[in-house]
Amino acid sequence: MSAMADDLLTYLAPATIVTWHRPCTRFELDQPAWRQLVMQMEQADWSLLALWADPDWIHMALRDEVEGGVAVASCPVVDGAYPAVSPVRPGAIRLERAIRDLWGHRAEGAVDTRPWLDHGRWPDRQPFSAQPVATPPDAATAEPYPFLPVTGDGLHQVPVGPIHAGIIEPGHFRFTANGETVVRLEARLGWVHKGIEGLMQGQMPADAARLACRISGDSAVAHSLAFARAAEAAADIRPPPRADWLRAVMAELERIANHLGDIGAVCNDVAFAFMHAECGGLRELCLRAAADCFGHRLMFDQVVPGGIASDIDADRVGILRRLVHGIRPQFRRLVDVYDGQASLADRLVGTGTVSPGLVHRFAAGGYVGRAALRAVDARKAAPYPPYDKLDWPIPLFGEGDVNARVWVRIREVEASLDLIDQLLDGLPSGPVATAMPARGGEGLALVEGFRGEIMTWVRLDHAGRVARCHPRDPSWFQWPLLEAAIEGNIIADFPACNKSFNCSYAGVDL
Amino acid sequence: MSQWPITLRRLLTPSLTEAAPPASAEGIAALAASVEAAAKKRLGRSLALRAVDAGSCNGCELELHALANVFHDLERLGLKFVASPRHADVLLVTGPIAANMREALHRAIDATPDPKWVVAVGSCAAGQGVFAGAHGVVGALSAVAPVDLVIPGCPPTPAQLLGGLRCLLDS
Repeated sequence: MSAMADDLLTYLAPATIVTWHRPCTRFELDQPAWRQLVMQMEQADWSLLALWADPDWIHMALRDEVEGGVAVASCPVVDGAYPAVSPVRPGAIRLERAIRDLWGHRAEGAVDTRPWLDHGRWPDRQPFSAQPVATPPDAATAEPYPFLPVTGDGLHQVPVGPIHAGIIEPGHFRFTANGETVVRLEARLGWVHKGIEGLMQGQMPADAARLACRISGDSAVAHSLAFARAAEAAADIRPPPRADWLRAVMAELERIANHLGDIGAVCNDVAFAFMHAECGGLRELCLRAAADCFGHRLMFDQVVPGGIASDIDADRVGILRRLVHGIRPQFRRLVDVYDGQASLADRLVGTGTVSPGLVHRFAAGGYVGRAALRAVDARKAAPYPPYDKLDWPIPLFGEGDVNARVWVRIREVEASLDLIDQLLDGLPSGPVATAMPARGGEGLALVEGFRGEIMTWVRLDHAGRVARCHPRDPSWFQWPLLEAAIEGNIIADFPACNKSFNCSYAGVDL
Repeated sequence: MSQWPITLRRLLTPSLTEAAPPASAEGIAALAASVEAAAKKRLGRSLALRAVDAGSCNGCELELHALANVFHDLERLGLKFVASPRHADVLLVTGPIAANMREALHRAIDATPDPKWVVAVGSCAAGQGVFAGAHGVVGALSAVAPVDLVIPGCPPTPAQLLGGLRCLLDS
């Protein structure tokens, strides 16, 4: 290792290169070299993209924030342990805890060693390890979960969930408050853990894609796309150009629909129901156009490894054009309403603030990052087709509050409407799918979902089956910041803060 | 700008709300066997719904939300979502019943006063979902609680949800 290098790829260059990893390079390190890498990360501006495990290895994807290079570093697990990353990258804390629960690998020197996904309710503990340990069937044996201590005068706790009051995914929020003011929020998740990564193993990519699509239903297109691109990289194939362009149409339509839902819901959480009703109507128009054009309201199972499930004809292109042209003027009027309401500004400006420094430390993407000066967008950071041929602005705000996160969404709805126009104008002709060969390899894909950057890593075995897949949802690095955002706010503002993050529970519980 | 020009326009143009689909035939057949006439009489024609996500990918939740939008407007049918199982007549359960959610689900069912209906919403709760066999799931809702109505679909569309829920009102 060249200890002086600040450039990630130069730093890793002396390590062993894994030749079957695409498109970026994977380097195999030994434990001393990994320990050195972690020390180097303390000073280098390399953001953590993901941390995941194999039976005998730990893998970490990093991006050089200055040079833009992406690389994977791998470290062997020795005697069930590896040097922890969490002391230098707090975003790794929950990932290390999840790895411990699923694989049994211990992160030596970890910041937090409490369980995360394992609530003591699975038939086996460490289900992905070589020797899973049977859980005693009696639920009473589940260890109590120690929440972080909070001390001081006049504090009280408000436990919320896992089942919440609305139609929301389950999670437990432990508020410690002084009067109305939140002193600490700690989230405990894992309630909807199913075991998707385990289920994918041994499946053909076409079957595993149905699981990838359902990692987080609201990001069906984005997660399907990340999985498909990773599997295609592993098999060293490219989908036809028309598939790339139609995938992007679906991805932008998904982004618009979700942002519309969120903008309305944030306003609804501060009792401005008008916006919720209007945005909900526009969202419904998007879902209906999706059903008419792609056969499914949420576009499930439309992006598949090798391309897309079915082509669209000129009539359907017309449906999408009418949708975009119908929504644009209506949305413009709603933005004027949002901008002009003193009652909304009163509740949303300055509420739930996250500092740019914290956003950078966790490498949080999407509207959480872009509301606090972190501009990283996978569509521009490492442009995948067809985004390398498109032109659109990345909105950037500095306030880091609920209002800024709403404005990022507003600007992204506008940009995505324009992108769909550009995509339909430039739609290439030709086939929309190519066959996946029965070939082995490893692939990594970065895709911008509506929440932010998804990273999916896939290893295919020699028969082309999924040997290992790790999908890293953007919410992994956004959930911890919600706890920071609510500090010093009143409990009554939590719903609006939470909705402005709209993190996925299913996407991180897996 | 205020919201009043848009509100005025809405008042002067036809309603966006569409006619609700009829009760689904399969749903009525399934219900007839499981729900007593006495229970139906007591519940009347207005039902309070409570959603419980027991491991869903959140696709079902998106479509449950869509029931409340201006196109579907489920409240005109006497159906409304409530915040607590204690206020509910109907529990709408989604997901392949994650083992981690099992106890919370049972507590929600126990907290719902009788007479009550438990509905399996979506293919996962119906036992035909893609997550069957994963180490963290129990399986179909019927494996952990008596089920009165099944509304399959991945996820069920708002029209399918309304068709299923109308069985509870019209049967």
